[in-house]
Amino acid sequence: MKVTLRVWRQKDSQSAGQFEEYDADGLNPNMSFLEMLDVVNETLTEKGDEPIAFAHDCREGICGTCSCMIDGKPHGPESGVTTCQTYMRSFKDGDVITVEPFRGSAFPVQRDLITDRDAFEKIMQAGGFITARAGSCQDANALPIAKDVADLAMDAASCVGCGACVAACKNSSAMLFVSAKAGQLNLLPQGQPEKDSRVLNMVAAMDEAGFGNCTNQYECSAACPKLISEEFISKLNRDYLVASVKGLFESKAL
Amino acid sequence: MILDSKIPSGPLEKKWDKHIMDGKLVNPANKRKYEVIVVGTGLAGASAASSLAELGYTVKAFTFHDSPRRAHSISAQGGINASKNYQNDGDSVYRLFYDTVKGGDFRSREANVYRLAQVSSNIIDQCTALGVPFAREYGGLLANRSFGGAQVSRTFYARGQTGQQLLLGAYSGLSRQIGLGNVQSFPNNEMLELVVIDGHARGIITRNVITGAIERHSAHSVVLATGGYGNVFYLSTNALNCNVTAAWRAHRKGAVFANPCYTQIHPTCIPVSGDYQSKLTLMSESLRNDGRIWAPLKQGDKRPPNQIPEDERDYYLERKYPSFGNLAPRDISSRAAKEACDDGRGVGETGLGVYLDFKDAIARLGEDTIRERYGNLFDIYHEITGESAYQQPMRIYPAVHYTMGGLWVDYNLMSSIPGCFVLGEANYSDHGANRLGASALMQGLADGYFVLPYTLPHYLADVPRDPAPPTDHLEFVKAEEDVVERTNKLLDNNGKQTVKSFHKRLGKIMWDKCGMARNKAGLEEAIKQIPELREEFHADVRVPGTVKDLNQSLEIAGRVADFFELGELMCRDALAREESCGGHFREEYQSEEGEATRNDAEYAHVSAWEWKGKDQPPEHHKEPLEYESVKLATRSYK
Ligand SMILES: Cc1cc2nc3c(=O)[nH]c(=O)nc-3n(C[C@H](O)[C@H](O)[C@H](O)COP(=O)(O)OP(=O)(O)OC[C@H]3O[C@@H](n4cnc5c(N)ncnc54)[C@H](O)[C@@H]3O)c2cc1C
Ligand code: FES
Repeated sequence: MKVTLRVWRQKDSQSAGQFEEYDADGLNPNMSFLEMLDVVNETLTEKGDEPIAFAHDCREGICGTCSCMIDGKPHGPESGVTTCQTYMRSFKDGDVITVEPFRGSAFPVQRDLITDRDAFEKIMQAGGFITARAGSCQDANALPIAKDVADLAMDAASCVGCGACVAACKNSSAMLFVSAKAGQLNLLPQGQPEKDSRVLNMVAAMDEAGFGNCTNQYECSAACPKLISEEFISKLNRDYLVASVKGLFESKAL
Repeated sequence: MILDSKIPSGPLEKKWDKHIMDGKLVNPANKRKYEVIVVGTGLAGASAASSLAELGYTVKAFTFHDSPRRAHSISAQGGINASKNYQNDGDSVYRLFYDTVKGGDFRSREANVYRLAQVSSNIIDQCTALGVPFAREYGGLLANRSFGGAQVSRTFYARGQTGQQLLLGAYSGLSRQIGLGNVQSFPNNEMLELVVIDGHARGIITRNVITGAIERHSAHSVVLATGGYGNVFYLSTNALNCNVTAAWRAHRKGAVFANPCYTQIHPTCIPVSGDYQSKLTLMSESLRNDGRIWAPLKQGDKRPPNQIPEDERDYYLERKYPSFGNLAPRDISSRAAKEACDDGRGVGETGLGVYLDFKDAIARLGEDTIRERYGNLFDIYHEITGESAYQQPMRIYPAVHYTMGGLWVDYNLMSSIPGCFVLGEANYSDHGANRLGASALMQGLADGYFVLPYTLPHYLADVPRDPAPPTDHLEFVKAEEDVVERTNKLLDNNGKQTVKSFHKRLGKIMWDKCGMARNKAGLEEAIKQIPELREEFHADVRVPGTVKDLNQSLEIAGRVADFFELGELMCRDALAREESCGGHFREEYQSEEGEATRNDAEYAHVSAWEWKGKDQPPEHHKEPLEYESVKLATRSYK
């Protein structure tokens, strides 16, 4: 099979970028989208051109590194998969495929299809944790957790941190990411002591990093390779409200 | 060079406690004066960096990934072992220890493995406290599953994403320390050289993969937690960017490399489908809890699996190893699959595959239960092959998965370069000649949370509390010059062939000659071919782009250059070990039934290789393995 690629090429974050066209021929429908890019890159290298830079690592949908906007959709046409789990059988012979990096106000492009997602780190550092010093913990079974609660926390925890939610949102909001991260920990009993400070700090860090506001369109959930539910956003909003109100009435424990 | 393992004296059960008591401490007020570089933020690195920061040391954490959370540990699927005995099925520290030593075919250090089993329980407590959503039973308690090489159920898991959840837990702790300013984080920075001053590891040279900037970083100690080197084979289950460079650079600076030939070939991976293939995908061992492995009895049987009647199927693991059956250890299961395929009974287009069948389990438990246990693995299988494992058996074939070998370390996890510690898959310490499933995650976290925080102070206590060496020290200057020269040479080479084409060729030599089965003639040939290919690489490789930009070709070229040297060493090691043990199967040394035949009289040792310069053969050292508690026995899973 054969396709034509329109690929975003940009030297670095300072330079302007533009689309370039490449033909990719002799493809096998069982190739992954990234294996198709590998083939294109081998040809470019052999010709003495610079290969297309794209982010990838595990190639099995778990590390969250790969991040291509394919025909305007984060991670391409199929639902519930990452770019590396997108296969050429999802395209037709002769297709023209547009490939861009994930973009967003807090996501500068570093080169070609690679985006800087460091803003996510800042959010995690602000509150995406439970404080538990090594060596200080009780027996794991001392705190039973109902299976449905644990399962729901696991649903939130399956976020791979790829940023598709941000790329899909017209406002570049990171609410789905933050709500998944905070939601996992806020659901668990271990996460209760820091619940309020967690949401307040993570949301503050999110705003500071330059992400936009959520206007409840939920393009994020639809684009999420792990199909994380927008209900976590509602939960985050509730947790945030409670924490803010509590903050207003805060009095020192005597 | 004398390799002193520093194993404490006394009875096995008391060694670690005694060692802790005998170790020196660093006064709390002085800890922040010590700077520690941690390279790698996988399970081993992230747990080490956060724990050291909690203790008060000044920590700098490096990873070439754009975030610590992307380390390859994230891909681990199946689970993590611990001797909790929550199932009341007879587990204990001693049993986990024994299973691990036996699983490793009696080629690991007793004392290290015992310690690993001892701290395993704490790991589960720690991870649960951090919010890792382990699978639970309806009563709210933690669930377990079984893994190969054990007859108890001691594996904790989080759906099919255990590594992801454990890493996110360790990463959250690390993130907290970064936010507090106790750890300085250097994502996007690849270590390209170790700096050794007066015989001690005192710093690293890095390249920022985004800006191309080459930098010097100094410290009082350097911890390498940089993962395994399975990608020397080109195709493996490892993430594509896994590489040996950090460990190899330390090796060239004096860190001895131990047991490089011990490679784990995992029995259940999705078979290769074409030449374009960039990686192989693991189907977790946990599937063997419910899936049954078989090949057709008849050679060349091309019927679809569902049309092959029961009595024409060979459930070869159940037949050969009735007591462990489908849960036989990985090395044994992989070789059995190879045997069936070599015998002309392989399935799929290439004939390199066997079936992993869930028909009986679905009939017994229902599709919903199977979906709940393995749904995401079945989904991955479906995405890649377009086939549904609910309706027809999976096709699987062995693939390179894990490297038991690595930098030699003593009981303190210190390499043969004082001050350079090595954790996780990058060291060789606990798995002998074969790692049991669900033990790598355990080892990485044990090293980082519960071993290094006790052993590193013992070293630092004797290091003067002066600031870390200045980065204009001659050794830093020289190390940086080396990096720049190497890099420029690759870029200015102007050859014709791509890095990937060389990597593929190297991988093929390694797979054919140093893979699942090895023999003298093949290894000798590989030891000739690899240097020739390496010469060709340096003469004719083409690396486009410049050093100053984000340049993925350059990154890979540097790694492949190091893989060439490592590959040769692996073959030398495999040649020198004239026995079969665990993942190292020498065709000359097998029983009539085709089982690995160990030679304890001559080979009960760790092979440790010392770099002697570019055109010199490495020097071979041996650390004898002394078994005080376990009796060496022929491994039997029958
Ligand atoms: C598909 C798969 C499934 C697995 N499933 C299981 C399982 O179920 N149970 C189990 O116990 N084990 C499993 N394993 C094995 C286990 O995941 C690994 O052995 C383990 O996670 C390794 O952890 P680590 O911390 O040592 O290294 P890694 O997680 O590989 O981390 C290495 C780190 O070092 C960094 N790094 C490397 N080189 C450099 C450099 N030069 N400069 C800067 N940074 C560098 C990387 O960026 C990364 O942060 C699995 C492995 C694979 C491949
Ligand atoms: S490369 Fe890891 S998720 Fe795609």
